[in-house]
Amino acid sequence: MAFADYPTAQPHSDVRHLPLLVQLHDWVVTVDHKRLGLMYICTGLVFFAVGGLEASIMRWQLAFPSHDVVAPEVFNRLFTMHGTTMVFLFGMPIILGMANYLVPLMIGARDLAFPRLNAFGFWLSLFSGLLLYFSYLGGEGLSGAGTAPDVGWFAYAPLTERAFSRGYSTDYWILSLLVGGIGSVATSINMVTTVLCMRCKGMTLARMPLFVWLLLVVAVMILFAMPPLTAAQVMLLLDRYLGARFFDTQAGGSALLWQHFFWIFGHPEVYILMLPGFAAASEIIPVFSRKPMFGYAAMVGATISIGFISMGVWAHHMFAVGMSATANSFFAASTMLIAVPTGIKIFNWLATMYGGKIRFATPMLFCIGFLFQFLCAGLTGIMLAATPFDWQLTDSYFVVAHFHYVLIGGLLFTIFAAMYYWFPKATGRRLSETLGRWHFWLLVIGFNLTFGPQHLLGILGMPRRIYTYAPGRGWELLNLLSSLGVVFQALAVLFFVWNVIRALRQGALAGDDPWDAWTLEWTTTSPPPEYNFETLPEVRSRRPLWDVKHPYDPDWRHE
Amino acid sequence: MINATASTHHAAPTEGAFPSRGRVGMCCLIATEAALFSIFVAAYLFYIGKSLHGPYPAQVLEVPMLPTICLLASSATIMLAERTLRQGYRVLFSGWWCLTILLGGAFLYATAVEWYRLIFTHHLTISTNLFGTTFYSLVGFHAMHVTVGLLLLTLVLVLSVSGYVSQAHSERVEALSLYWHFVDVVWIVVFLVVYIIGR
Repeated sequence: MAFADYPTAQPHSDVRHLPLLVQLHDWVVTVDHKRLGLMYICTGLVFFAVGGLEASIMRWQLAFPSHDVVAPEVFNRLFTMHGTTMVFLFGMPIILGMANYLVPLMIGARDLAFPRLNAFGFWLSLFSGLLLYFSYLGGEGLSGAGTAPDVGWFAYAPLTERAFSRGYSTDYWILSLLVGGIGSVATSINMVTTVLCMRCKGMTLARMPLFVWLLLVVAVMILFAMPPLTAAQVMLLLDRYLGARFFDTQAGGSALLWQHFFWIFGHPEVYILMLPGFAAASEIIPVFSRKPMFGYAAMVGATISIGFISMGVWAHHMFAVGMSATANSFFAASTMLIAVPTGIKIFNWLATMYGGKIRFATPMLFCIGFLFQFLCAGLTGIMLAATPFDWQLTDSYFVVAHFHYVLIGGLLFTIFAAMYYWFPKATGRRLSETLGRWHFWLLVIGFNLTFGPQHLLGILGMPRRIYTYAPGRGWELLNLLSSLGVVFQALAVLFFVWNVIRALRQGALAGDDPWDAWTLEWTTTSPPPEYNFETLPEVRSRRPLWDVKHPYDPDWRHE
Repeated sequence: MINATASTHHAAPTEGAFPSRGRVGMCCLIATEAALFSIFVAAYLFYIGKSLHGPYPAQVLEVPMLPTICLLASSATIMLAERTLRQGYRVLFSGWWCLTILLGGAFLYATAVEWYRLIFTHHLTISTNLFGTTFYSLVGFHAMHVTVGLLLLTLVLVLSVSGYVSQAHSERVEALSLYWHFVDVVWIVVFLVVYIIGR
C-alpha cells in the first residue's frame, strides 16, 4: 500500500550461501550497528542464562532450612557472580544492544557516528564477561582449585583489600568491571554523537521517538556515572598492587569512601538499566493502544529529571552506616523526589492506554505486567527511602524483593516486550503468540511467587546473603514458595527459547510492518539491509509512518 | 507529499546543520573524563590532613610555577596552530604545533624531576601514607593524560612534517586541541587542590 514513499531495498539473498567460516569472519570483523546490536543482545542472553542458573542454585539451597546443597563459601561466590553478571553482563549488554540496533533505524541513519568505536565497545563488553568467568579457572592460578570472587556485587572495602581477599579472584572482578565500563562509555559516546549529529531530514529533537530520547539520556548518564566506578576500581587496583592506602583503614583510609564512590555509580546505574525498559514501553504501549503517546513532552521532561535526580540519591544505600542526620534527610528527600517524574511516566502510559483500542498481543501483555509490578517496586522503594524504615529492613530480604521487582518485574518484562516487538524486524519472522502467552503467564506467576514472599521474609527478619537458616523461625513456607517460583520462571524462559528457535526455523514471515506501527524502523525491510534505508527518509512529525499511511490526515497538521 | 524532496545522495540531507561528529564525540569524552578526575579530586580533598604520619604536603611540596606556565602557554600555542591551519599556513602550523609539544614536554619533565625528588630525597611513595597515595594517583593520572596528549600531538606533527596535514583536516586537529585544553583545565584544578588548598 502506501509504502511506495519509502522505497525499500531487497535484503542480500546471497549471504546465506557463503561458507560458515566466511560468515563467522564477517561477524567478527563487522562494524554494522545491527550485527553488533544482535551480538550484544546474544551476549546478554547467554549471561542471563548463566546468572539465572546461579540464582536457581541459591534458591535450591534456601528452599529448606539447614539445607546442604552448596558450601557457604560457594554460596558467597554464587551471589557475587549472580549480581555482577545480571547487572554488568546481562543488563548493560542488552540495553546497549537494543540501543545499537534501534537508534540508527529510528532516527533514519545508516549507522552510528563511529562504527569502529562501536565494535571496540562490544568486544570490550564481551571480553569483560569472559574475564569475570575466567576467575573460575584462574582465580587461584590455573594449578589450584579455581574460585570466583566472593565479595558481593558492591564489593565493600576493606573486604576487597589484599589482606582479606587473597588470590586473584577479586582482581578478575575489578578488571572485568574496569574493561566493561570503558566499553559502555565508548558506546555511550557513540550514541550521544549519533543522536546529536546523524538524524535524518526533518527529525528534530522534538520529533524523535521517545525510545531515542530515553536512550540519549541513558547514554549521557553512563558518561557521568561510569567513571566513578572506574576510578574506584583503579584505586582498588593501586591498593592491591602498589600498596596504596585508599581503603586501608589501618593507615587512616576510609571504608566509607568506597561505598560513596560505588553508589555514586550504583544508583544512577539502576536508572541506566531501567530507562531503556521505559523506552521500550513508550514505543510499545502507544502502538498496541492505537493512540499516540500521551504527554510526549512530559515524558521527555520526566526522563531528564530522572537523569538529574538519580545522580543525587546514592547515599540512600548507606543509611545504615551512620551518616549525619542532615545527610540522611537530604538523601531520603531526594529519593522520594524521584518518585515524582517516575509517577508522571506511569500516569502517561496509563493515559495512553485509556480510551485506546488495546490489542493484547504478547509485547503489550509484558508491558501491562511491567506497569503493575513496577508500581509495586516503586512503592517499596518509597518505603525504603524513609530512613527509619530502611534502618529496620536494610540488608534484609525486603530489599532483595524490592530491587528484583525493579529489575525483573520492571526491566526484564520490558526487555521481553521489546524482544517480542522487534524480533520480527531483526529476523524477518514472527514469534508465536501462543508460546508467547505461555511465556508471559508462567513468568508472571513464577516471578511473583518467587519475589512476593520475600517481602514478608524481610519483614520477618531474614537477612540477605545468608547461605542457610535454622528451622523454626517461621521462614520455611515462604522460602519454599519462593524457590518453587523459580521452576515457573525457568519454564517460562524455556518457552521463550523454544519460541525463538521455532520462529527462526519456521516462523511466519513478518513483512516490513507486522504491528502496524509508526516509527521509521518499520519502513525498511525485515531484516533491514546493511545500509538500512535505500534513500534516507524525511519526516514531518513524530509518527512518520502514520503520515504515510494516512495522507488525508497526517500528524504534522496537528503537531 | 512527505518524501517528495528526499535526497538520494549518500550524505544526510541536513548534514551541516548538525555539529561536527568529532567535536561532539570529543566533548563527550571530555565530560566523562571530567567525571573521572572529579572522583580522584574528591578522594584527594577527603584525605587532606588524614595521613597518620609524614612526610606532609607542607614539608615536601613546592609550587610548580614554571611548569604551570608552560602548560598553560601550550594551550595558547595550540590555539594559534589551529588558527594558522584553518587559514592554510601549513609550515607555520607545524611550528606552533612543535612549540606546543615542547611546552607539554617541559611540563612532563618537571613532573618527573619533582617525583624523583619526592621519592629519593623525601622517601614519599604511593604506599607511604594517604598523602602519597592521593598525590601520586591524582597527579599521576593527570600526567598520564599529558603523556597521551603528547603522543597524539607528536603523531600529528609527524604527519604534518610529512605533508599529510592540510586545511581540510582542521576539524580533526580541533578535536585534538579540545582534548589538550581539557588537560590544561584539569591541571588548573589539580594545581589549586594539591598545591594551594592541600598545602
